[in-house]
Parts: sequence; C-alpha cells; structure tokens
Amino acid sequence: MARARVMRRSRRTLLYVLLIAGALLMMAPFFWMLVTSLKTRAEVFGAPPLSLPTGPHWENYVRMWNALPGVTFGTFFLNSLKLALLNTGGQLLTCSMAAYAFATMQFRFKGPLFGLLLATLIIPYQVVLVPNFVLWRSLPNPLSASGSFYGTQEPLWLGAWLGGAFGTFLLRQFFLAIPNELADAARVDGANPWQIFWRIYLPLARPALATLAIFTFMWSWNDLLSPLIYLRTLDQYTTTVGLAFFQGQFVGKWPEMMAGAMVSLAPMIILFVAAQQYFVRGIALSGLKG
Amino acid sequence: MALADLRRIAPPRAGRRGPRAGEGRWALLFLAPTLVGLALLSAGPIVAAFGISLTSWDLLTAPEFVGLDNFFALFRDPRFLIALRNTAFYTFISVPLGMFLSLGLAIALNQALRGIALIRTAYFLPVVTSATAVGLVWAWIYSPVDGILNQFIGVFGFPAQKWVSDPFWAMPAIIVMSVWQGLGTSVIVFLAGLQGIPQEYYDAASVDGAGRWSRFRRVTLPLLTPSIFFNGILALIGAFQVFDQVYVLARPGKPTQATITLIYFIYENGFKNFKMGYAAAASWILFLIVAALSVVYFRSQRRWVHYQ
Repeated sequence: MARARVMRRSRRTLLYVLLIAGALLMMAPFFWMLVTSLKTRAEVFGAPPLSLPTGPHWENYVRMWNALPGVTFGTFFLNSLKLALLNTGGQLLTCSMAAYAFATMQFRFKGPLFGLLLATLIIPYQVVLVPNFVLWRSLPNPLSASGSFYGTQEPLWLGAWLGGAFGTFLLRQFFLAIPNELADAARVDGANPWQIFWRIYLPLARPALATLAIFTFMWSWNDLLSPLIYLRTLDQYTTTVGLAFFQGQFVGKWPEMMAGAMVSLAPMIILFVAAQQYFVRGIALSGLKG
Repeated sequence: MALADLRRIAPPRAGRRGPRAGEGRWALLFLAPTLVGLALLSAGPIVAAFGISLTSWDLLTAPEFVGLDNFFALFRDPRFLIALRNTAFYTFISVPLGMFLSLGLAIALNQALRGIALIRTAYFLPVVTSATAVGLVWAWIYSPVDGILNQFIGVFGFPAQKWVSDPFWAMPAIIVMSVWQGLGTSVIVFLAGLQGIPQEYYDAASVDGAGRWSRFRRVTLPLLTPSIFFNGILALIGAFQVFDQVYVLARPGKPTQATITLIYFIYENGFKNFKMGYAAAASWILFLIVAALSVVYFRSQRRWVHYQ
C-alpha cells in the first residue's frame, strides 16, 4: 500500500518536472526575445548567450521606433490596429447575419449553400490569391491616386464585410442552441426577422461573438502575405510587413529587431492573457461541437 | 464537428412547418454579404483561377490564351518540383510529429495538478503570436554565426551549423519552429476531446481489471478519434499554407532552394515576377492536391473514427 503511494507520488513529481521543463522550453524564445531586446549590440555578440543584459537598454526600442525615414513604428502599429478592428467589425456583422439565416430560416438551396461555405474552410485561401489580386486591381477606386484598389489598404479589410466560413459556422452552432420559443414570442408581438436577430439572438450570442472577435483580430494582426502583396508604400505598412522590411534593412542588429518583435507581439499577448477562455473555447468549439 | 460533418450534412430540415411567408426574401437579405463574398472572393475565384491558368499574362499587356502550357511548363520547372517536394516533406514530418507531441501533452495537461492552468498557458501562448515576429527570434536562434543553438550544441562539442542556410537542416529548422508554434491548437482540441470522455467508461474498464495502458488503448484512443480526425485535417491544411516562417526565416533562393514551399512559389511567380497565368496554374495544382487529400481523408473516417 505504502509502496503504491510512493509510486504515485513519484510519478506525479516526474510529470510536474517534465511539464514545467516543457513549458520553460515553450517560453524560451519569448524570454530570449525580451533579453536580447534589452542588450547592447556588444553584449549580444561578446557576452555568453545566457547572460542577462547589464541594464535595461530601452534605447533599442527608441532606435527601432525611429529607424525608418519618414515613418515611425507607430505608423505600422496604428495601421495594423485599424485593419484588425475593421476586419473584426465586418466579420461580426456579416457572419452573424448569415449564421442567423442558416440557423433559423428555411429557404431553397440551404443545404448546398452551407456545404459550399464549409468547403471553403478546407481550401487554403492562397489558392485564390491570384484571381483576388486581379479583381482588386481591376475594380475602379475613385478615391485612390492609382484609380484602383492596388496599393491601398482596402483589399485587406473589405472582404471581411462579405462573410466567412469560420465565423458563420461558429455562430450558427450557437444560434441553434437558442430555443425557438423566444423568437416565436417576439414574432407574435409583431417583430420582424431583423429585429429578432438584433434584439434577441445577437445579445444572447455574446460569448460566441467575443470568440469570433478575438480570432478575427488575431488573424488580421498576424497576417503577412496579404499586406505583402497589396501594400506598396511604407506609410501603409502593417507591423508584420514592417518587421519583415526591418529584417532586410538591419541585418545583424538583433536588439533593435527583437524590440520591434516585442512591440508587435504585445497586443496579442495581452489579449491572450485577458481572454484565454475565449481562445480556448473557440478552438474547442469549432473542433468538437455539432 | 465542423469539418467532419461535411460528409453528412443533413438536408435542410423539412421541419415542423413549411417556410414562413416571405422567409426566402429575408434569408436573401441576411445572406447577401456572404453570397457576394462566395461569388467574388472565395468560391468563384477558384473557377477564375483556372481561367487565368490557361493564359500567359503579365498584367501589363492583354492575357494570351495558351491552353494547358502553364501546367506542362510547371512539371518541367525544377523550382516547382522542389517546392512540391519540400511541401510534401514538411507535411509528412510536421503532421505526425505535431500529432504525437500534442496528444501526449494533452494527456499530461489533463491531470488535475495544482497550477496546471498556468502551465497550459505556456503551451498555448505561441499559437496567438505572429509567425513574422517569432520568426525573427527563431532567425536569431538559428543564426549561423553565434546564434544560441550553435552556442548550445558547442557546449557538447558539436560543430556550428548553418541551419536555415544549410540545404540539409533548413526544412527541419522550419518544421521545429512551426511545431512549436502550432502545438497549442491541437493540444486544445485534444483536451476538449479528453474532457468529453465520460468518467464511467474508465471506471467500468478499471472494474474489468484494465490497466493504464489498456484503458488508454481501449477507451481513450477510440473515443478520441474525432479529435484526432479534426486535428489531422487542420494540420494537413496548415502544412500546405506554410509561408510566413519561410519568408522570415529563410527567404529561399539566396543561399539555397531548400525551403521553397508551394505558397512561396505562388507568391514569387505571381507577385514578384508577375506571371499571373503561371502562378494561377500552380494555385490550381495546390487546390487539386488539397481537394484530393481531403476527399480521401474524409472517406477514411468511416473506417477509423468513432462518434459516440
């Protein structure tokens, strides 16, 4: 009996040690990023790699911030923020609309349409990169100097206002769980479908909306390929393209580069720590309920 | 399960009643943005991409119809063949590796230990970060001169490697970073799956004298097959989308071609060389590969996925 307890305890200790060692390993790149961002260049190359900086050299952050002519890193940051918010707003509105129709209404081609939407979840969006580029380039845009959407930020967010498979699926699952009686009661009182959607379904779906908002924000904030393709001038760059551009300009200036990476990661890390449950729920929900 | 349901999407519920008067028109209103998006930005362009793939087009002059020439040219283009091979290599290594690691981790993280929430956070955090930003720190870790990895293996007497600039190590280096970053997603899916297994099953198995291993083999694993299936499709699709890591860590072509992936090839031809027809043809091959693999994979679920 006692032997079994000792066994169990030592197994538990071993599990702890392994899990914590693994967790430290997972965190190591972030730690390394932070430490390097605070070192002088001499320390980076001279001192042993695991040594701590002699002091916090915040000047790396200042140098990084003002490294490029004409723009600061703040411009990139604000561009990323603007795009992420526009994308999030568009997805919340248009995905929830589509989800409401799929969850509560009967109409022709409902099954095939939903199937088509789900199928787009599987096809990598890079497959349509070329036709989408051609489309945005040929659409007239009276507001831009070039006369088209090429070289503007619009292609990076307008599409988010045209629905999306992930969000529609996520919200449909949530709407399906809302009892019909609520809508029926409102209908008897003369409410039309839009009012039922706006006043009953949306408020009840707040947790699912939060999940979708966080995911959309993350995808937009972290996207590299689309901004790389559509943006032409430094003042339009997002943090991701800005960082990649940095990398080409500042070969070997690791402290400044790490400072840039830290600043661009900060919003996502804060968002994650504040809203971890929504992240986890989003991944688990889209994966396993239905 | 979202994707697993594709095969068995229920026909529209004929329902307790017919459609309400005017419901079709309301549905159209609610679906209008989605329909425009499907036509212009997601489903429609797959057809358009095929049309473009039949042309030679630099965007400056009018497209010229060339039939299937782009496809024939692709299969004679060594760079494209290398991109295909690299993507296949990445997929065959990273998908099973990520699967095994995350399954083991999820089982370990599913224990009721003090402080487990904090430990889990450490494993999840890389998921939300951009591959561009963390790619920079990995570039520094893999730095051929005095990156930390070289310093670390130096302690054990191993010679410094060029990692991402070395044809042999480049892809493994990209895979390690990607697995590090993607691990959290599949751990979360597995954790949700594990928590959905009723405790009674384990109790019953224990009563029947099942040990640790046979409980895992006979209870956990079969009931986890939906999660395994779902993680499999996620990982598979993800493996065909590798771009950011490659762009930041090892922009291919400079020292070596060892890291060109399919997406990088499309990017390079479409948006650096402006060979739209050629890039569209490569996109269509990507589409066909992913579609074919998905069909095979979804078909296979009948044989090994157990829904409760």
